[in-house]
Amino acid sequence: MSDINLDKLPGGFKGMSEDIGSDQTTFKGVNWGKAMMWIFLLSDTFVFSCFLVAYMKVRASVVEPWPYPSEVFALEVMGVPVPLLLIAIMTFVLITSSGTMALAVKYGYEKNKKMCGWFVLLTAIGGLTFVGMQAFEWSKLIFHDGVRPWGNPFGAEQFGAFFFMITGFHGTHVSIGVIFLFIFARKVFRGDFDTGKRGYFTTMKSDYVSIEILGLYWHFVDLVWVFIFAFFYLW
Amino acid sequence: MSDELNINKKKKNQIKTKSSTASGRGETDIDYVRPAELPEQDLYHGHSFITKWIFCQDAKVIGIQYTLTAVFTGVVGLILSWMMRMQLGFPDLFPFLTAETYYQMVTMHGMIMVVYLLTALFLGGFGNYLIPLMVGARDMVFPYANMISFWMFFVAVVVLMSSFFVPGGPTGSGWTLYPPQAILEGTPGSGYGILLMLISLSLFVIGFTMGGLNYVITILQARTRGMSLMRMPLTIWGIFTATVLALLAFPALLVSSIMMTLDKVLGTSFFMPTIIKAGEALSYDGGSPILFQHLFWFFGHPEVYIVALPAFGIVSDLISVHSRKNIFGYRMMVWAIVGIGALSFFVWAHHMYVSGMSPWFGFFFATTTLIIAVPTALKVYNWILTLWRGNIRINTVMLFCLGFILTFVNGGITGIFLGNVAVDVPLSDTYFVIAHFHMVMGIAPLMVIFGAIYHWFPLVTGRLLDEKLGKWHFWTTFLGAYSIYFPMHYLGFIGVPRRYFEMYDSPYMTSAIGMNEFISVAAFIVGAAQFIFFYNLVKSLRLGKPAGKNPWQANSLEWLTPDVPPTHGNWGEKLPVVHRWAYDYGVPGAKDDYIPQTTPPSEVRDAEVEKT
Repeated sequence: MSDINLDKLPGGFKGMSEDIGSDQTTFKGVNWGKAMMWIFLLSDTFVFSCFLVAYMKVRASVVEPWPYPSEVFALEVMGVPVPLLLIAIMTFVLITSSGTMALAVKYGYEKNKKMCGWFVLLTAIGGLTFVGMQAFEWSKLIFHDGVRPWGNPFGAEQFGAFFFMITGFHGTHVSIGVIFLFIFARKVFRGDFDTGKRGYFTTMKSDYVSIEILGLYWHFVDLVWVFIFAFFYLW
Repeated sequence: MSDELNINKKKKNQIKTKSSTASGRGETDIDYVRPAELPEQDLYHGHSFITKWIFCQDAKVIGIQYTLTAVFTGVVGLILSWMMRMQLGFPDLFPFLTAETYYQMVTMHGMIMVVYLLTALFLGGFGNYLIPLMVGARDMVFPYANMISFWMFFVAVVVLMSSFFVPGGPTGSGWTLYPPQAILEGTPGSGYGILLMLISLSLFVIGFTMGGLNYVITILQARTRGMSLMRMPLTIWGIFTATVLALLAFPALLVSSIMMTLDKVLGTSFFMPTIIKAGEALSYDGGSPILFQHLFWFFGHPEVYIVALPAFGIVSDLISVHSRKNIFGYRMMVWAIVGIGALSFFVWAHHMYVSGMSPWFGFFFATTTLIIAVPTALKVYNWILTLWRGNIRINTVMLFCLGFILTFVNGGITGIFLGNVAVDVPLSDTYFVIAHFHMVMGIAPLMVIFGAIYHWFPLVTGRLLDEKLGKWHFWTTFLGAYSIYFPMHYLGFIGVPRRYFEMYDSPYMTSAIGMNEFISVAAFIVGAAQFIFFYNLVKSLRLGKPAGKNPWQANSLEWLTPDVPPTHGNWGEKLPVVHRWAYDYGVPGAKDDYIPQTTPPSEVRDAEVEKT
């Protein structure tokens, strides 16, 4: 079908400028959906950057003292408050799920239906665990510590507002990812990607490349979490 | 230069390999184009009325849906502007025109015209219709997402329009929606109105993102054989760059909408400082209203270029076709579009000189703002040099293009005034600003839209628009719009403040009452002139002269489809193969005065075509 032998294309900057200047495709051999996901993630990066920059700006200019995250986000273990314990576990789970996602992509390209399906499912369970722990964290802050979007007992009221908004927005991203991971796990086990079954809504053929596209999204969500972790919990 | 050499070298290599493998022919094939990289696109063909015309996945139908919806909102915006001018020119004539309604009209007029008319029309309307046709694709790359994109936009419009009917009416905080006043009691529509506005904007952003990803990927990854980036018509370059800007700028609007919605609904204080009302402190505390201004203008300034860049691109193509000459400095035009797009992210705070920011900050933004004048001026020179010694057809399309150049230069020059801090401070909040931005991003893009509709109407419907009515439409719109906005510069210089409901008792106005009434009368006439245009559209749709194929003798691919108007899938059996850029007009040695993009070099051996 195609005359492109990807290995034989010139590499480096010369290859890059030749690809960009050429006809048909700018990114040679890159699937449409994959290119779309990259550009979407660039756009989404701007969304999260706006959130985080707004947070930094307000934190820098607010008059009341900012609550001390190590104390607010501490868990009592046998009578000793351990700072950031829950957050550490959450972060660990989410980063691990990125690893399982990478394995799912690998097995997907090997057309290993069984392993791919299990790793997608494992990733989904990791994501679900993360969302569950986040729900626990939220309810602890709301019901136990009395933190509200419009005020809290620890200091500046924007603390709660930004915390719930940013982690909520990130949590929504994770939840959407989890829903798609479950759907994809089912599709993999059912063999849709092997038979090229047509999608219910889009009527387009299924292909294992979708696993990689979903993987891109998932890694992005994890990466965003690293920044939220650094800016919210460590600062 | 080096690019051309490279391409030539590559071509030679390919020719060598080809002749060695397919030996026996002897001569080198100068018509060689690399074979297809991608398999044929898989398309969903609608069968019922609903899948063909309502929930349709064909980009052309979606483009028409976008256009009609956007034009509908535009008519609402036009009527609002009539009522505003009625109040300003002849105050207290209608009892229903109170200060509250006036501010609601100002707000809705601004938001509708900028976002729901211009953005949706250029990117959703022209983008959807023209991108697949001009790059030689069968459709957008994700037709389903494209369909959802339109329906999200439709819902956003419904939500926006529903705010006219809720208790309290639409928001009256000005199109910039500055907090704290936007959500505080006392501002009209501070209850449901502002909430619906914010929800509508968020829906618009989500819907646009789905469409925008389609436009970008279709242009980058779904071009036909031979269609390199530097052979694309400038229309595509303009729409492409504007879409990238939109994908990076709309996030700021989304974020500020979400934050203000939370301030309104949950009582958070992102943008709300400590406020004392009637001696009592409100529950808000410690937020930053300036933060909203930064977020808003980080969206708002690129938004200007989201509207302007497609207009630049389209007008370049129209001028080239209708003066039968290649566009002057094509590569320069491309780099100017890309450069303006990149610069537009570094100038936003020039909207905030009077917000109390540090003068050094203003100095930085004044510098970047004035730098934009360089690529913009380049473009204007290139348009004029394209016209220079061209074989100009003075038809309606060309008239609108010339109108665009004039109004754009006018608005651009006043932009240089306003870009300087020292000049902006006294002039901001006067009618000078109104005159500036209506010239540069109201009238100028509208001129292009009209020109583009006169140009592409035959492609969409197969019939030409009436030229005589078109010329009436042009002259009343152009002269009328000048009569509206040119005197406003003067009003600004004598200090008439903008956004005032009534100003006859102010000392500024005594010398300019007659002029103010004149502006209002001109506005009524220009608005009414648009109905000539609507009449022309409806009449020509049924009774217009049949256009036939390629009525303008244009080169670009959209005119070369087997069926006119093009059908679903655009190209029939085989995709077109492109051999040249879209601007081979009046080439010395050629048989006709135009060489379509699909003409292979062997057919025009004697023509001195540009190497593209």
